[in-house]
Amino acid sequence: MLKFFRYFFLIFFLILSNAVNTAEKSEKLLKTNWTFKGPFGKFDRASLQRGYQVYQEVCASCHSLKYMSYRNLSEEGGPEFSVQEAKAIAANFEIPDGPNSDGEMFTRPGRLSDKFAMPYANEQEAKSANGGAYPPDMSVLVKARKGGVDYIYSVLLGYEEPPQDIKLDDGVYYNKYMYGNKIKMPAPLSDGLVEYADGTSATEQQMAKDVVNFLMWTAEPHLEQRHKIGFRAIVYLIILSILVYFSMKKIWSRIETEV
Amino acid sequence: MSEHEYQPKSKFGKWFNDRLPLLTLTNHLTDYPTPKNLNYWWTFGGILTFCLITQIITGLVLAMHYIAHADMAFNSVEHIMRDVNYGWLIRYIHANGASMFFLAVYIHIFRSLFYGSYKSPREIIWILGIIIYVLMMAAAFMGYVLPWGQMSFWGATVITNLFSAIPLVGEGIVTWLWGGYSVDNPTLTRFFTLHYLIPFLILGLVVLHIWALHIPGNNNPIGIDIKKPSKDTVSFHPYIVIKDLFALLLFTILFAAFVFYSPNVLGHADNYIEANPMVTPAHIVPEWYLLPFYAILRSVPDKLMGVIAMLSAIFILVALPWLDTSKVRSAVFRPLYKQFYWILVADVLILGYVGAMPAEGLYLLIARIGTAYYFAHFLIILPILGKIEKTTPLPLSITEPIFGGSLNAEPVRNRENSQKL
Repeated sequence: MLKFFRYFFLIFFLILSNAVNTAEKSEKLLKTNWTFKGPFGKFDRASLQRGYQVYQEVCASCHSLKYMSYRNLSEEGGPEFSVQEAKAIAANFEIPDGPNSDGEMFTRPGRLSDKFAMPYANEQEAKSANGGAYPPDMSVLVKARKGGVDYIYSVLLGYEEPPQDIKLDDGVYYNKYMYGNKIKMPAPLSDGLVEYADGTSATEQQMAKDVVNFLMWTAEPHLEQRHKIGFRAIVYLIILSILVYFSMKKIWSRIETEV
Repeated sequence: MSEHEYQPKSKFGKWFNDRLPLLTLTNHLTDYPTPKNLNYWWTFGGILTFCLITQIITGLVLAMHYIAHADMAFNSVEHIMRDVNYGWLIRYIHANGASMFFLAVYIHIFRSLFYGSYKSPREIIWILGIIIYVLMMAAAFMGYVLPWGQMSFWGATVITNLFSAIPLVGEGIVTWLWGGYSVDNPTLTRFFTLHYLIPFLILGLVVLHIWALHIPGNNNPIGIDIKKPSKDTVSFHPYIVIKDLFALLLFTILFAAFVFYSPNVLGHADNYIEANPMVTPAHIVPEWYLLPFYAILRSVPDKLMGVIAMLSAIFILVALPWLDTSKVRSAVFRPLYKQFYWILVADVLILGYVGAMPAEGLYLLIARIGTAYYFAHFLIILPILGKIEKTTPLPLSITEPIFGGSLNAEPVRNRENSQKL
């Protein structure tokens, strides 16, 4: 019987190793040091601010961030622009509003309470401008892709010449990390594409890292608070369980049973 | 039992208790004689009660902010995550709470299987438990639909489509369930209503489950009947209460680790993409706790037979008290059953694993073997095992490690005592 049991596990591990093998066939994602990982992880503010710049100057022409408001830019745990800076950023955008008392729709400069301006009026316009592909909203993008931040980072840096045997249509690009290797977005980043105000050299890797940092924040705006509360909660629970453990031992010592 | 003699001390207490014996009930619950050898596998009943209450409370708060509409559900969830005060915390507790609930219920069920807690006289407790488990699966499935992500939508489509396998009326039933010709807004609103209702049904059944438990009292790791109260038992309060509390705290540490440090690891990335009826995800997989049944469903080539197999896999458990013919409860004294028990555990784990994999090639073959074994365990192995297995001797009581007892150890001991006299 035990032998039978062992065979069962043998088969189980065979499948497991098989699964690992198939996983290895797809490209290993690029890794970089993310400051928000781990129980004490925090965002790198300067990187979030640079990331916002990359988003605004590079991505925002096609990709929306419809769940983000300009006020978020000055909130704790994010890029932490000052309120004045966030107001100035918001005022750069024309936001559709209305109808006014004459029944007319109009546009006005953005306010802190406004959501981020949308690049396209609707999905159809977005598709027609992008060869039929819809540039996804990026608010929760890193949570919506297997591999998360590493995957997005890798895709941004994964453009290369297609292998000989792959023929690509017009407007389709080869990306070594993209699911199916075909992507309709042309390589968005190139060295020196933006000019960072803080003097950081705008290499492709640096921009990819900054913008993915920024996207992690848009997907999890309360990540820092979560890590902070989590640490306190778990320390509290551990201390409480130690106290309860000794109370339990004391109470059970009245009878001769091990607990 | 002591509660029959119980009288409140104060005059008001007596007046109240004569009209509504709440104090008698409280007294029964605190004094309830519990076997003193219960191990930590017995603490999961309390943990499950905690899980249910947590889900109900967090669910109530979420329902105040959630909008059950196909155009707004996904947005309202993001609103909860971003703008509601501690909304992210409440939602992550609720979402991970479902997984924790199932983790605890699987341990609870497998504890019952190991120690034979489903056997006479506890069949009703067991059957009530199975009904609770089925309702939990229904609640979890409908809850997963509410965020209206891609996996919500396509999971709902796949599962509701199973009803179309019913001959003649199948298609009609599916249309009726959907409230239309596809999963859409009417489906979402009714799932929300039912998701809100079911936990309260579960709560009612939990009361019955505990009531039924308090008639024969707890089973115990040795699985013999014990005299209550006696030196084999301790009062529920404070002994069991403090032990349950300690185990619960350890459980909440695990719970907190998921909520605060990997809140999305048990979910599927596709559910952060808003539902889109035009785009089918590459792999449609249910939540981890439903995977073994998903594997059984897919292991049968015929759709109707697959559905029947999946439902049988759950409802066969109802017949378990009569399929297991052994009179001895605890696996501790059943050397053969103990081995088959662990094979069953491995089988269910393997089924869960292949349930997450594409149904093809080797995976499909393993799913078929696993499914066949699952049914063989209950329909062939257990009935035969009870007849042929040579069990080891049972002790007379928990405190007296004297072997030679029978399942009903009490009469034997009384007889011995009278002989001594």
